[in-house]
Formats: sequence, structure tokens, C-alpha cells
Amino acid sequence: MSDEIKRGLQSPFRRKLLMGMAALPAITMLPRPSFADVPATSAINTTGLAVTDTEVTCGILHSATGTMAISETGSIEAEKLAIAQINEAGGILGRKIKFIQEDGASDWPTFAEKAKKLLVNDKVAAIMGCWTSASRKAVLPVVEQYNGMLYYPTFYEGLEQSKNVIYTGQEATQQILAGLNWIAKEKGAKSFFFIGSDYIWPRTSNKIARKHVENVLKGKVVGEEYYPLGNTQFNSVINKIKLTKPDVIFTDVVGGSNVAFYKQLKAAGIDLSKQALLTISVTEDEIDGIGGENIAGAYACMKYFESLDNPNNKAFVPAFQKMWGAKTVIGDVTQAAYLGPWLWKLTAEKAGSFDVDKIAAASPGVEFKGAPEGYVRIHENHHLWSKTRVGKAKLDGQFELIYETADLVEPDPFPKGYQ
Amino acid sequence: MTNRFVNRSELIGILVLAVFLVVILPLCLDVFRLNLVAKYLTYAFVALGLVICWGYGGILSLGQGVFFGLGGYCMAMFLKLEASSPENTKIQSTPGIPDFMDWNQITSLPFFWKPFHSLSFTIAAVILVPGIFALIIGAAMFKRRVGGTYFAIITQAVAAILTILIVGQQGYTGGINGMTDLRTLNGWDIRPDHAKVVLYFFEVGCLFVCIFIAQFIRHSKLGRILVAMRDKEDRVRFSGYSVANFKIFAFCVAAIFAAVGGAMFALEVGFMSPSFVGIVPSIEMVIYTAVGGRLSILGAVYGTLLVNFAKTSLSESFPELWLFGLGGLFIAVVLAFPNGLAGIWGDYVQPRIDSLLSSRKAKPGKEWTDNSVADGAPAE
Amino acid sequence: MFGDYSIGDLGSIFVMQGFAGLILFSVYVLMALGLAIIFGQMGVINMAHGEFMILGAYVTWMTSNFFQAYLPGLFAGYFFLAMILAFLASGALGMLVEWVLIRHLYKRPLDTLLATWGLSLILQQAFRSVFGAREVGVELPQWMLGSLHVTDSIEVPINGVFVMCLTFLITLCVAYVMYKSRWGRQVRAVVQNRIMAGAVGINTEKVDRYTFGLGCGIAGIAGSAFTMIGSTGPTSGQLYIVDTFLVVVFGGAASLVGTIASAFSISQTQSTLEFFMSGSMAKVLTLLAVVGILMLRPQGLFALKVRK
Repeated sequence: MSDEIKRGLQSPFRRKLLMGMAALPAITMLPRPSFADVPATSAINTTGLAVTDTEVTCGILHSATGTMAISETGSIEAEKLAIAQINEAGGILGRKIKFIQEDGASDWPTFAEKAKKLLVNDKVAAIMGCWTSASRKAVLPVVEQYNGMLYYPTFYEGLEQSKNVIYTGQEATQQILAGLNWIAKEKGAKSFFFIGSDYIWPRTSNKIARKHVENVLKGKVVGEEYYPLGNTQFNSVINKIKLTKPDVIFTDVVGGSNVAFYKQLKAAGIDLSKQALLTISVTEDEIDGIGGENIAGAYACMKYFESLDNPNNKAFVPAFQKMWGAKTVIGDVTQAAYLGPWLWKLTAEKAGSFDVDKIAAASPGVEFKGAPEGYVRIHENHHLWSKTRVGKAKLDGQFELIYETADLVEPDPFPKGYQ
Repeated sequence: MTNRFVNRSELIGILVLAVFLVVILPLCLDVFRLNLVAKYLTYAFVALGLVICWGYGGILSLGQGVFFGLGGYCMAMFLKLEASSPENTKIQSTPGIPDFMDWNQITSLPFFWKPFHSLSFTIAAVILVPGIFALIIGAAMFKRRVGGTYFAIITQAVAAILTILIVGQQGYTGGINGMTDLRTLNGWDIRPDHAKVVLYFFEVGCLFVCIFIAQFIRHSKLGRILVAMRDKEDRVRFSGYSVANFKIFAFCVAAIFAAVGGAMFALEVGFMSPSFVGIVPSIEMVIYTAVGGRLSILGAVYGTLLVNFAKTSLSESFPELWLFGLGGLFIAVVLAFPNGLAGIWGDYVQPRIDSLLSSRKAKPGKEWTDNSVADGAPAE
Repeated sequence: MFGDYSIGDLGSIFVMQGFAGLILFSVYVLMALGLAIIFGQMGVINMAHGEFMILGAYVTWMTSNFFQAYLPGLFAGYFFLAMILAFLASGALGMLVEWVLIRHLYKRPLDTLLATWGLSLILQQAFRSVFGAREVGVELPQWMLGSLHVTDSIEVPINGVFVMCLTFLITLCVAYVMYKSRWGRQVRAVVQNRIMAGAVGINTEKVDRYTFGLGCGIAGIAGSAFTMIGSTGPTSGQLYIVDTFLVVVFGGAASLVGTIASAFSISQTQSTLEFFMSGSMAKVLTLLAVVGILMLRPQGLFALKVRK
């Protein structure tokens, strides 16, 4: 009570004091910015975006509720971390990033509605968001119609390219082919069994993988199975695997089904140290739910693992865990989400503007040397050049890096010969 | 007396709603918010159907999303075909078919897609496909006197089946992504703001047509038989009426209303996906009706708007908490206000207004309530 | 498709496939038993059934963490304690829910559906707020992992055997409680005629509360057992709800034998179909068959009376 009274008495005073203090550096800086590092708002924002002299607004659009919250939480956390770090380092073009977070609620039309709200009502300069292909497909017409900029973090099936989207995850060929080549060479694998959740990403990925196995590797696909999202019973398909005895099980099962699949695989006596299994859908995030003992020995093929040994990652992981808890794990998509705000910053500084057209035009060629995965560069098709890596799952839920491509792999969303 | 299908107080209610939707909302809201209202109103069609089928017929369907989805998909197929003209899709390996077919190695348009080149066929399909589907389900169930909770659970299973089918047959349906990027209706661009406004008024028009149909059913002999059937099914049967046929009729009407809503949704939002077909959206649609008052035709509209406004604003300000609010609302409506908004209006507000007016004229009858829900209406 | 394989291979696959079906059967029975009591005996449509299961799963997860941190020596046996705790937690929550919510709605079964749906939303969000949105992995003691090696090609999953034994045990207990004990007679009396049961001196309110609590408690045990085979996240419960209701309805709501028979037929159909076609289509066909049969025989496989 007395505290409240005190605070009540103090607060106007304090506020004035604080305002004065805040104004002080601003006054001393006032003559400088227009000439030096802080350009005038009118120059960098000609399309009425939410950019002021001190702030620029971006949107974060992920599912905080519903089934996808499991996966998207990591992306939200990574984006907030990147924004905090950028602000600490002085922001973009002298402006601090302010974010507006919207909940897509795992519902695709809600994503479209919220994207529209962010673009039309809040005039955000960029959106960091979406996770599933379905949500991106729903948002895409909106960002194209209202000329927004979307940074999309997930590895996805490709077959898409837009002026208004930067894809910070890998597209399917980029992710899959190197992994298949590696396992074919390393394990002498000839026969493959595909199992996936039943929706577009696994089906397209498996289609590409099948073409590659049959045409390039001259191997054989002995089975291709799909289960509804959320399915938890895999005993029948495991029996089929046992019957066909493939050299490699290639999986793109997602979400809660993953947990059931690996637990049942282990229980059925399939020992992943003897049976090669290559997954493109299990990151450290998923292992948290699956349990390291159930998946140890499996290979995962993507571009980032938390255990990567490079200086950028050595700084990124502790920073992430300091902000979000020491036990939080970081998966591939989380890292890709972290790239979004940074790439936006670098592009805006290259373009010297927040205007979406200029950002879109300036994007190709932008390099981010501080990426936890190492080094990335934006391609003309708005995807990222990145290395593909294969990791082996360990008991503690981390991956051990086994192989990485020597060079950056070129993104190719419309791969010839794989359609 | 009640042969007229609107009495005086109902007419006032409808006029108030009309003024609210046609004048007040468009004046107060920007185009973005108005488009949101338009989206909410598409659910109001479903809620309206549920008033007939659940409130009056006593048939709780947890599969209205199926009909909403069928109507929406019929419309979306037409729009998608128009958006996938050979010029728009020349980068595909087979130009002229929807993009998702191309991704799934389908090289020619499947036969059941072909008629959807025609708008008149599409409009017929929006009404007939769900109508016939409801007729089949209804006939199979009600002729065998399946009712109550059994019917609810079976409709739920139907919703689950259809969702898995749509998701699984993605070459023909767009899978879990649904049909996105719908652009024009007979050459008229549905995406810009002015088109959204025109569509909004068109939709409100359709809504009032449905409201009048519902009013007509309610005040006709048919409506009274439905109520009688809900309260004492056997007596109606012993009086010589075919209970099953009346139930099938109510169920079909609800299905068609839902389908019209779905088609409007595809037009308004430019988008259709299996996420409307499943169990969760179907149950949410039931709650709109429950909040509005399951016996109140106008209440269904208000209930839908209220719940959706609450959902949008709660999820904007507290994205992590809105499920608590929604869940609490379900429980509160069921426990405390079984007649929903209409019940609150009829019990608390209307009497006040009446007593204020009573100095000038005699008290008119209650507008909304049928007073039977509270003591266990749907006869089980 | 069988041309390429030897007789021995086919034989062992046949055995394994039979086993897969039996495991699925046990899972279905375990899911459905609690609901068969609540829906079948009491007529309450509990849409939050899946959430009660997930509560059990989270209790198991917490117990396993506790044992790992404080009693690592006893870790091998923690699962049994976890199941008891899961039963108590879900049962207690069930009784609370009955007292606050359900008892006002016995005359309005369809309304229990809406109210419990609201409850399930609240529980999901509560799980999310308390345990986080990510899935949690329950660590199992070593002896429950892996498989029994029968022959070179036949391996029996231990957790599958465990679930089967558990299901058998719980089914026996439930059957005993419902059909042989004094309390079970009271429950059935209340179900058949609440007023008369009250008139002969049965405390119907108490019977209702404990019956509901028992059903929820069994859901808790099921959830606890499912940590061995499935995932544990705030929304995992929703995955089970349709299957569970169909099993109960297909069996004929008021009959425990029916529930078991229907779980058996559904699981065998599904597991066989899954072997011959893709999992999605198998699921669709199974559900279609169930709905189709229900249309022909709305009272379910075993039922005393349904027509109303």
C-alpha cells in the first residue's frame, strides 16, 4: 500500500527524469544522424511502413497454441533472441526493432488473417513467420498482394519462389540429395524404404528421393508408406520393413507420430546401430520428445546441428540457452529462424532502405558470416546457399557431425528431372 | 395468428440486425475488419442451420464442418480452375491444371473436376452435393432411429473420415494445404478491397435469405412438429407423422445452410482447406449456436460474431491465454446460460425494456425463448 | 507381393502381424475402458477423456524425473508407482470435475459434450502453460525397452507385452468391480433407475462421483502406459478421442464385453489393412466400415437397448 503511494508520487517525477535522460543523448546526437549512420526516415521508408526515427516494426507470426506450438515455439524463441541481439548492437539503420507477435493457432486461415493484419493495420516492415507449408501457402497470396516481406524458416518441399519471401531453410533437393549420396556411398545402400506423414512435404520429398535413388544411385525403393498426421501405431509398417529388409529406412514422419514411430521401432527389435535409418524430419527438438535412447544411431540430414563446432555456434548456443533456459535444445529450424532477422538487417543496410521492393532486390548476394551454421548467402531465387550435413543421433539427444558437403549447396526449388 | 412467418417483435429484431450489419458495421470498420466480419458471418450460416437442426429438431450434429467444407470445396474448385488458366500456369509441366495437381504428377484434369468450369454447375453443386450427402446420412441414420449422442458421435466419425480422405488424396484435393491463391470469379478479381466490400453485402443478403427461410420453417406447421418431435418423439410418431422424414429434412436444411456458408467463405477469404472439415471446427460451430441461444435464429448470428470477436481480440492481446477463455465460455454457456445470449436477453433485458414501455402499451409476448431447454429439451 | 519371400519369412511376418494387431487391440481396450464406464454406464459424453489420459502421461513423466533425480537406485520400478499416481491424479481430477460440472448435467447428455469439450480446451492450455508447448520424452527403465528374441525373425516387443498384460489385468479388475462387487451393483442400479436406487438407500451422488472418478482414473493409467508407445504433448489427447468413442459406440454403449469385442474387430481390421495398403487408406476404410456397420446396426455389436 505505502509502496504504491510512494510510486504514485514518484512516478511523474521519475518519468520526467527518465525522459530528460533519454533526451540527453538524443540531443547530443541530433546533428549527427542525418549525416552519419542514422538516415532520415523519409529516405529509407517511402511506402508508409511502420518505421519511425527510433523504431522499426516487424511481425512474428507463429503458432503459440494448437498442435503446431510444439514445433514453432523454438522459432519464436530464436527470432526474439535475434531481435534482442540486433537491438543491442544498435538496431537496423539506427532503429531498434519492435516486434508484434501474432498467434497463428495452428490454423492456416488464421495465419492468412493475421498476416493481413500485420501488413495492413500494423504496416510491419517484415514478417518472421510460418512453419508448415500449409501456413506458408495460406500467407503467400497475402504477402504478395500487400507487398510484404516474409522470412520463412522451415526446410520445405520447394516448388515455390516468390519476390516477397526469403526461405531461410533448405528446399528439398538441397537437403536430401547430399544425404542420399552420402549414405549410398558410405553404407553401399541399394534398397530404400520410405515412410512419411501424409501431406505435401513428405510426399514431395519422397518423390525427389525416389527419382534420385532410381535414376542416379541406381538403387531400388522397396516400399513407400504414408500415415495420417498424428498417427501413433506403426507396428504394421515396421513388420513390412522387417519383411523387405531395406538397406536404408528413409523417414519424413513429423510431429507426435515421430515419437511413436521410433519407440515402436526400437521395441520391435530394429537396432539402429545395425539398420541404417536416414531421417530428414528429426531435429534436436523432436529428440526431446522421442528420447535419445530410442533414436541413438539414426542419421539425420539437414544443415544445422546444435553440436556444430564453429565460433558462431559456440556463441549462439549459450546465448540461446541463457535467454530460454539451459535445457532448451536448438534444432535446424530454430537456427534457420534465427537467421531471419539478421538477414533482414543485413539486407536493409545493403539496400539502405526498408522498402520491400528494395529489400527484395537487394537480397540476392547478401552474406551472413555470423550464422551459427557457418556461412550463408542469399541466392537469386531467394533461398539460401548452405552446406548440407549428416549427423548421427547420440544417447544424450545431440547429433554427432559425420559428414558435411565441401561446398555450399545451391538451392534449386524447381529441380529439373525431379518433378 | 402465427401463420405469418414473422411477428412484430421478430420483425424489429431482424430490422435491428439488418441496420447493424448493413449500415453500422460498414461505417465503423475499415475494410480489413469488415472482411473479418464477413469471415465470421460465413460461420453464422452454419450456426443458423444448427438452430433448425439442433435447437428445433433436437439433432446435434458434430459434423457440420463436413458440409461447410463440401460447399467451400465446390466453390474453391471453380475458383481454382479459373485461377489456373494456361496463361497463369505456364511454368508447370502441364499448364492449365491446378498447381497442386502438377506437383503430384497428375497430367490431366480428373473427370469430376471438369464440370466445375461452369459457374452455374458450381452453384448447383454447392447446394446439391452437401444436400444429397446429408440426405444419405440422414436417411441411413434416422430411418433406423439412431439419434442423440449416437448420431453426434457418428457425424464426428464422418468428419474424421472426410478429413483424412482430403488430406490423403492431395493430388485431387490439394491435401492439407487446401486450395490457395483463388483469384477471380468469372473474370472479376475477388482480392482487392472494393471487391471485399461488394462480397460482404452480397453475403449479408444471402444471410438474410437464410434467416427468412429459417423463420418460415419455424413458424410453419413443420417447425411446430420439429419442436414436438424434439420434446416427445414417440407421441409424434404415434400421431402418424414420419419422424424420420422430418429429421432428415431438418438435417438437410442445416447442411445446405452450412454449405452456402462454406462457399461464401471460399469467396471471401480466397482459400479453402481441410482444417474446416474436421472435428474441432465442427464443435466450435456448435458453440456459436449455443452462445447465441440454440433456439434463437438471430441469436445464432450474434453468437457467432461475439465468439469470433472474442477469439480474435483475445488472441491478439493474449495469444497464450485465449483457450482458457474459450473453454470457460463453453462451460459457462452450458451451465449457467443454456439459452445463450437470447436467453439473457429474454430473461433480463427484454423485461426491463417492456417495463419501461409498459406505461404506453400492453406487454408483448416474449420474443426469443421457448422455455423448454432449461429442463432438458432434446428428448433422449 | 509375396512372391519374393520364403515360407519362413512369411510365417514369421504372419506371427508378428498378429502381434501388432493384438497390441493395437490392447491399446484400444485400454483407451476405451474408462470411456465405456463413463459413457456406457453413466451416459456422459466426456470429450476431455484424452486430456485425462495425457494428465496420466505427465504424471508418469514427473515421476520418472523425480526418481532419476532422487532415487536412481529404484528407477527400474518407478513405472508401477507412476501408474498408481496417474490413476489417483486423473481420478481425483475426475471427481472434482464431476462435482463442479457433470452432476448438473445428467439430464442433458448432449450438453455434457459441450461442457467437457470446453474442459478439454482448458486442460490443454493448462498443460501447455505448466509443462511447455514442446513434447516431453518419458525415460523408461532399461528392462522395458527392446524385445524378446523368439527366433531370428520373430521378435516380441516387451512394451507391447507389458501393455497387453496391463490391459488384461485392468479389464479383470473393472469386470470384477462392476459385476461382482457390492459397489458395482449400486452403480448399475443407479444407471438403470436413479430414483429407485435412491429410494432403496443408495447414495446416488456418491456413486456417480466415484464412477466418474474410476473412469477418469483408468484413463490416467492408459495415458501412463501410452508413454511407452506414443508421444506426450499438450494436444496429444485429441488424437485418441474419435477412435475411443467409435470403439465404445461400435461395441454397444452399455456393454463391457461389447467394448472388448469391438476393440478386437476394429484393431484387427485396421492392422491387417495397414499391411496391404497405405496407413491413411487403411484408416479411412476402417472408419468407413465402422460407420457403415453402425448405420446397419445402430445399437452396436452388443447392446441391450438403444432405441429411444
